[in-house]
Amino acid sequence: MLLKNFRKRYAMVMDTRRCVGCQTCVLACKAENGVPLNGYRDWIVTETKGEFPHLSMEIRSERCMHCSNAPCVTNCPTGASHYAKGGTVQVDRSLCTGCKACIAACPYEARYVHPDGYVDKCTFCMHRIDKGASTACVEGCPTKALAFGDLNDPASEIAKLLHENPPKLLRPEEGTEPNLYFLV
Amino acid sequence: MTEVEIFRNSASIDPQLHIWGWEIPVYLFLGGLTAGIMILTAIAGRRVPRESQSRAMRLMPFAAPLLLSLGMGALFLDLEYKLHVFRFYTAMKPTSPMSWGSWILLLIYPATILLGAARLTDADVSTLPLLRSLRGRAADALARLRATGSASVGALEAANVLLAVALGGYTGILLGTLGARALWSSVLLGPLFLVSGLSTGAAFMMLFRLDHGEHATLRRWDIAAIAVEFVLLGFFFVELAANGGQRGRAAAALFFGGGYTAVFWALVVITGLVTPLAMEVAEARKGLRPAILAPVLLLVGGLSLRWILVLAGQAAI
Repeated sequence: MLLKNFRKRYAMVMDTRRCVGCQTCVLACKAENGVPLNGYRDWIVTETKGEFPHLSMEIRSERCMHCSNAPCVTNCPTGASHYAKGGTVQVDRSLCTGCKACIAACPYEARYVHPDGYVDKCTFCMHRIDKGASTACVEGCPTKALAFGDLNDPASEIAKLLHENPPKLLRPEEGTEPNLYFLV
Repeated sequence: MTEVEIFRNSASIDPQLHIWGWEIPVYLFLGGLTAGIMILTAIAGRRVPRESQSRAMRLMPFAAPLLLSLGMGALFLDLEYKLHVFRFYTAMKPTSPMSWGSWILLLIYPATILLGAARLTDADVSTLPLLRSLRGRAADALARLRATGSASVGALEAANVLLAVALGGYTGILLGTLGARALWSSVLLGPLFLVSGLSTGAAFMMLFRLDHGEHATLRRWDIAAIAVEFVLLGFFFVELAANGGQRGRAAAALFFGGGYTAVFWALVVITGLVTPLAMEVAEARKGLRPAILAPVLLLVGGLSLRWILVLAGQAAI
């Protein structure tokens, strides 16, 4: 597996039981990263199941899954989409042609075309992580539904969360090994 | 009951994926057409010496780079960051069919142009207005091209067939490796687009003034290609419904009662395959004078196949 080469393994845990769908994570991301109109690096999904009156609702804050086996990286013809620090998936704008193969390859619809021509998506706020801060969405979340950290560090908050709660993955059948875990 | 609501309005993604418009199907069509022409011209040259070929057949290798250039033009128009087009050639990504395709496209130019030059006779050079008007360095360059091509014509024919199989197959594999899209996620798209390319290549060549024997040979190849295309299309849908799970069945349903049923059956199957097949079989059996309609319908069908699959693949999640 490719990620064995990375000392850290960055991941995010999203607790659907805490999320109220307030969209603060979306606004925090838009403000922090200057995400343009008609572009989304993260978004809210509500999934309602059952028959009235026995209904249940799951609210998720979704974003790029920073997959360990990322089809966007596999299909990118120029190397613009690549694995980077902590096993995250990043886009090198100087290499991106805007061919959109990565958008077609992504099962999570996590990417969009930036008005400047390159393909953009969640970076796990690497510019903030490098300075010792957390991601904008994690820091903005008023219900503490989001947590970010290094899965290779057993003392990290997310390692403990995942140890105590078996997580749910989105579309695991795709074999993408996503690094965004949902607690349900 | 499960109801999913997504609070997002990303350009090109919502309400459904629509990243690729007319440019990609046009490119896939012209790429397949080019591949078909390359295979058929290479094989025709092995069967009949160039002096016995019609002029249209001798010049046909030059059609390949011209059509491919049109296709690459469409591909260029699709790029969102056009100034970065050179980035395709600063990398070789073995896992990306698009990367392989970029390099294959480059190799096709010398292979087809050299084969075309090798096929030219002295009479062609002295009578064709464009070639006759060449003077000085341009005339020397043409002479060198002819000499180089003639010296290795067998290798060039083999290279043309190999590159054409790679080109025609890759246009389908390009979509087939996008596993996130249920309709495209099939290994059969490569062979399907290659065989369709062979058929449209034959159709394109039949639009020109060929000898009776050349036309009959192309028609024979075309009838076989259409038959294989039918089988592959059938396998494609069976595999989609049988192995594609819920998403695969939903994608297949687009063509059996869903939104793409009418255009697919009308344009691809009836107009693009059944009708020209029936016309070609009738021409062959009854010795009728070849009609221009059958090749035109085949070209319409080949373009429609790719256009519909590209659009439907984005509609099927």
